[in-house]
Amino acid sequence: MDQSPIFAETAHQSVTFADGLMLDCGRHLQNLTVAYRTYGTLNAARTNAVLVCHALTGDQYVAEPHPLTGKPGWWNALVGPGKPVDTDKKFVICANVLGGCMGSTGPRSPHDERPGEPWGVEFPAVTIPDMVRAQKRLIDHLGIEKLFAVIGGSMGGMQALAWSALYPDSVFAAVPVACAAYHSAQNIAFHEIGRQAIAADPFFYGGRYWAEGVTPERGLAVARMTAHITYVSEAALTRKFGRRLQNATDLTLLGDRFEVESYLEHQGSSFVRRFDANSYLTITRAMDLFDLATDHGGTLSTAFTGTKTRFLLVSFSSDWLFPTAQSRAIARALNHVAANVSFVEIMSDKGHDAFLLDEPDFHRTLRGFLAGCAEHAKL
Amino acid sequence: MHAPVQFIAKNMRVDLGLIAGMIREKSRVLDIGCGDGMLIDFLYRTKQCDARGLEIDMAEVTRAVTHGLPVMQGDADSDLANYPDSAFDYVVLSRTLQAVEKPQEVLRQMLRISTYAIVSFPNFGHWSLRLQLLLGGKMPMTKAWNRMWYETPNIHPCTILDFFNLCDREGYKIEQWMAADEEGARAPWRKSPALANLFGEQGLFLLRKA
Repeated sequence: MDQSPIFAETAHQSVTFADGLMLDCGRHLQNLTVAYRTYGTLNAARTNAVLVCHALTGDQYVAEPHPLTGKPGWWNALVGPGKPVDTDKKFVICANVLGGCMGSTGPRSPHDERPGEPWGVEFPAVTIPDMVRAQKRLIDHLGIEKLFAVIGGSMGGMQALAWSALYPDSVFAAVPVACAAYHSAQNIAFHEIGRQAIAADPFFYGGRYWAEGVTPERGLAVARMTAHITYVSEAALTRKFGRRLQNATDLTLLGDRFEVESYLEHQGSSFVRRFDANSYLTITRAMDLFDLATDHGGTLSTAFTGTKTRFLLVSFSSDWLFPTAQSRAIARALNHVAANVSFVEIMSDKGHDAFLLDEPDFHRTLRGFLAGCAEHAKL
Repeated sequence: MHAPVQFIAKNMRVDLGLIAGMIREKSRVLDIGCGDGMLIDFLYRTKQCDARGLEIDMAEVTRAVTHGLPVMQGDADSDLANYPDSAFDYVVLSRTLQAVEKPQEVLRQMLRISTYAIVSFPNFGHWSLRLQLLLGGKMPMTKAWNRMWYETPNIHPCTILDFFNLCDREGYKIEQWMAADEEGARAPWRKSPALANLFGEQGLFLLRKA
């Protein structure tokens, strides 16, 4: 298989913290780099900052064309001038997560002990709270004491939850979308299939593929294809593809392909051009490890005791990866501590991916919630 | 202690005006069955209350949140148990008691999580309902009771006298009560529950634990 050009050369805006970062696993990263993008202007009082947290395979290019793919920002519909997260009024920050492959410290960064080579699979296990601590360093660096809002979907929603648990006084409003307070057995299982596919690729070389000048593209593509099925609903797949064939009207049994097959293939092959396999292993593991209740003595509400943060929880009716029941459980835990919580389930047949797509009810809800919060924050 | 109703917002359902009149400034309020959040918006804007809503209908919840109001989707029967003791000063249940599965338990929860409970309900003891049943022999239909018996969500109709009895049995102190007509204008039978039960189209009660 052709090997895609390595994407290390792309320069990302970033800040490096020479004192590194202490991780949940007990290891200390000697160098911490956080790559990020900002949109809009920070006001004089530094009170209008909104942190957007990206999902598993997202990155900091939330509202501008992606430097590698040229595609529009992944939350272009939501973030921008006049959009629900209005960059005319808000200062929007989005950082590549710790463990990522778009400029922040991760498996592709220089090894602490052997700076001549990348971490690769030796990159320490990171957690969602670790990612949040790295983001907190960036927020401190930008001179922001309190974020007006932390918003994120899927793994980004987990980060929004972790933010409000770790730094309650630094978060005025939190919007965890299509997420859960822990990763379920089913979700871990799907991640494991992806990791096994990567490990089984002959080009994986035990994670040292970079030394061989190759990438485990096939395995990573299969991981992406599997994951992609979990992001959509059965109804959406049926609507988009049904049983239609690629370039044929009837089944001939001679190498016919269903449209859904070539669609998945495309999802897989376009993904490997922009994502590092070891990052995929690191970040999926971080999601699997996430369990906010366990981090707080086994009771989820304890994570939010005394919180003054205003919460908006959003779920989508056809999302079976992070079903509504998971968001409702978070809402109930917040009720336990009498937190200020709004909770809506948006009707959509687009599955988990709905949080990234054009869902007017979701966009209106977020816009209204942020407007209400701005009023309470006297912004 | 509780001042009489001062004024009513022009475009607000009038019985909500009566309810708002029972609530003190800057208090913590939960409105159960809040619809699109009209009352909580009013309480925030005019009385600086920390008012939140619980609503079962997702379309209404979305409308409320879109207007910046803190409302969550939930159910009076099952979700009040999630709140801690004394989380609120007032919990409001407006025209919803007759539609919940366990009215007695809902009231108990309300007075567990809040100092005061404000309850309004359409009065099944109104003379027009009595008359319809007496003369027609069929389930009465009025503006408030406008669905057929087999499809009505109002599965627990009660009269104003029934409600007095329940409060007595549960040991709730009635701080304030009134009967109102369908539009929510206060009706003048404050001295006599029996007359209020005959002529009031809805009952409105402010309760606390004795």
